[in-house]
Amino acid sequence: MIKLDVNGEVHTLDVDAQMPLLWALRDVLNMTGTKFGCGMALCGACTVHVDGVATRSCVLPVAAAAGRKITTIEAIGGTPIGKAVQDAWIAIDVPQCGYCQSGQIMSAASLLAKTRAPTDAQIDAAMSGNICRCGAYGRIRAAIHKAAANGGAES
Amino acid sequence: MSVVETVVDGADLARRRFIVSTAAAGGGLAIGFLWPEAARAAWTSAPAPADQIGPINAFIDIGTDGAITFVMPKSEMGQGVYTGLSQLLAEELECDLAHVRIVTAPVAAVYNNPFVPAQFTGGSMSISTSWQSLRLAGAMARTQLIEAAARRWGVAASQCSAELEVVHGPGGRRTAYGELAADAGKLPAPDPRTLKLKTPDEFRLIGKPVKRLEVREKVDGSGKFGLDVRVPGMLRAMLARPPALGATPRHIDDAAALAVRDVLRVVPLKAGVAVVARNTHAAKMGRDRLVVDWDIPAGSVLDTERERARYLPLSATESELVARSDGDARTSLGAADAKHLEAVYEVPYLAHAPMEPLNCAAHWREDRCDIWTGTQMQSPDQAAAAAIAGLPPHQVFVHTMLLGGGFGRRANPASDFVSEAVELSRKIAGPVQVVWTREDDMHGGWYRPMWTNRLRAALDRAGKPQAWYHTLVGQSIMAGTIFQGMVKNGIDPTSVEGAAELPYAIPNLRVDLHTTTAPMHVLWWRSVGHSNTAFATESFLDECAAAAGRDPLDYRRALLTGPKQARHRAVLELLAQKSGWGGALPAGHARGVAIHESFGSMVGEVAEVSLENGLPRVHRVVAVIHCGLAVNPRMIAAQLESAVNFGLSAALYGEITFADGKPGQSNFDTYPVVRMGEAPRVEAHIVPSTDAPTGVGEPGTPPIAPAVANALFALTGKRIRRLPMLRGGKFTA
Repeated sequence: MIKLDVNGEVHTLDVDAQMPLLWALRDVLNMTGTKFGCGMALCGACTVHVDGVATRSCVLPVAAAAGRKITTIEAIGGTPIGKAVQDAWIAIDVPQCGYCQSGQIMSAASLLAKTRAPTDAQIDAAMSGNICRCGAYGRIRAAIHKAAANGGAES
Repeated sequence: MSVVETVVDGADLARRRFIVSTAAAGGGLAIGFLWPEAARAAWTSAPAPADQIGPINAFIDIGTDGAITFVMPKSEMGQGVYTGLSQLLAEELECDLAHVRIVTAPVAAVYNNPFVPAQFTGGSMSISTSWQSLRLAGAMARTQLIEAAARRWGVAASQCSAELEVVHGPGGRRTAYGELAADAGKLPAPDPRTLKLKTPDEFRLIGKPVKRLEVREKVDGSGKFGLDVRVPGMLRAMLARPPALGATPRHIDDAAALAVRDVLRVVPLKAGVAVVARNTHAAKMGRDRLVVDWDIPAGSVLDTERERARYLPLSATESELVARSDGDARTSLGAADAKHLEAVYEVPYLAHAPMEPLNCAAHWREDRCDIWTGTQMQSPDQAAAAAIAGLPPHQVFVHTMLLGGGFGRRANPASDFVSEAVELSRKIAGPVQVVWTREDDMHGGWYRPMWTNRLRAALDRAGKPQAWYHTLVGQSIMAGTIFQGMVKNGIDPTSVEGAAELPYAIPNLRVDLHTTTAPMHVLWWRSVGHSNTAFATESFLDECAAAAGRDPLDYRRALLTGPKQARHRAVLELLAQKSGWGGALPAGHARGVAIHESFGSMVGEVAEVSLENGLPRVHRVVAVIHCGLAVNPRMIAAQLESAVNFGLSAALYGEITFADGKPGQSNFDTYPVVRMGEAPRVEAHIVPSTDAPTGVGEPGTPPIAPAVANALFALTGKRIRRLPMLRGGKFTA
């Protein structure tokens, strides 16, 4: 049995300890906002926060996540930074197909939690692990700057 | 709450009251938007009471509570089609888009593409083919609502008008759509020929930068893609897939797979050997432990270098498959006083690599089969599923989910990812979701074909091309598929598109084609044949300009003089202006230009490049499109930004290779794509126009590879004639 604290709620899971956190979220808890993209931490679609740090859930065994605070896209809007990021994403119409955006938003929220007004170079560094095949990079960058301007003061 | 819902069955239907149209549409309309019985049957497995349904306009539902629902016959894969089609409907219906809920259409003839008798999304033609019909559908519904109000008030309909979901009548009378919906539903449909559609100066929504309707569910995790489908009791499956085309299992050792926790069964299918489990993790663990001894048929071992070596001499031979012949290109090429140019341009196989790996959930039962997936090919998928399910097509229900990228991969006329799920569900008699890994997708074929192009030109003393001869060598996408009928005189139009319609004024011009066969499935990839032909033609024309000692943009301008090239000229002029063509650049930077027509639209792009640590770096791309009337400038700009980055990924990195049957790429480490730090600043501009709308989703992709290659030539003097530009992290020019 593995105890998993997801978005402030503790779940008890009877699963293979090696199951990646991604599939525990998606298949066991039916929280499908966190996406499967590559299975090798190469694309960032599966990004969640573990104890506040952006983490690729597709390579993190669920056992290694036990007892730690996991935040997913479903709850990130409940934080001031997460809400500022989502609002900026909507204002700038970032998503196209939208599939990578959960991961993009989780990475962006993590960046802004550490760096309130990131430079373009800091955005490049923090977001380079998140692929968008629709190529919405220009809007993602603009939205991060906008969220920094709107959300930084509140956080 | 999500804007988009995919529930399409009887229970759902019964909750609604549909706006009306009983009579058949008047003549002259190729697509009826009236609801045929077969379509209604597709919507409802258990007939709802007639008084609750009413006759139906297939695209619009207005509830007695005023709730407005639009039915979307096209798949949303990021191109903004839900928003664009809703603008067309709402413009004439006179409603607020903020009040609209979207449901995805079931499979029915009423939702077919008017040019290809199938329900699918592709070819950048959703807006252009819906431009008349959906505005008419909106106008018909509005007319019925006004008529219902007029009758209620005892006045003439001509005295009434509609605005923002309210009908206004004489003396300040007003009634909301919801209160009129039931009455309007009983009225006969107006003859579309009697309806006058708005002119562009009257547009309230069309032409405006309307925001994406389904944006919220794409930022809060609630949007439902195919992989997010959860059906009670649904199992997961992953397949061991054949290592070569046509390979079949000689022996399967499933002991280790079955020993994995939560693995339930191993089921051989046509497409491979499925491991069925309670969750995706177990399915993958089991699949990876399956030992299959494959029987690989002779001749199915692909080696892409051997193919290249085979294509090269073929490209130097004439073919009888002539796609275009003006004047006498072969004789003119030999003119003694001419300057002669000859070059070979090559592009590789490409994977689409949409962010959402392929998947399909299916639930087969004896009397119905449900399919949940992100597909671009609803009616071919339904037909394929019906054959496998042993059911008539109307008992197969296709639930179209959001697509986590399509780029053509989810438009497979062979219905590969749907067929295997239906077959498995039938064999295990229960709901199951088949999931592909990234590696399955990258190894699994259905690639953009590899191409070899040989181009030859002869320039006169003034540097103008007098002859142009383009020979293409590669596989056909359409041959042997349900699109075989579009192959004319042996020529697949997607093989030569963009080459055969070369717009430049060249008196002697020949384009011919060698169609090859290879043990690899090929498929359309965003912009299809244009992704090859734009690179070959726009790079080679740049070679001609350089040989003539002319500015590449001026050279093009001088060759685009005909009456049919007015749109080209408009694009070139705006492009020159917005890019600052000819203006100063930072040291070590250079510009390149390319222009290409596809899907009815013209796109010109200017790329600004430099070399950083010896590697190409694209700083800025100015993209100009002429796409007729710009229904949603905001979405068009987004599509240009997208198309540039998509094409740039392929130009810089994209390549699928096989060495003696072994794939050279598996995931995003070996198949790199453009990431945040490499993405250029894209500036999108639209040529103002009131012409009927033309394609937007794909036309931005073809010009980027030649624009970048031409810029790198301007910078380095080296011509890039083979893609991708980087191999193994090294610049290959």
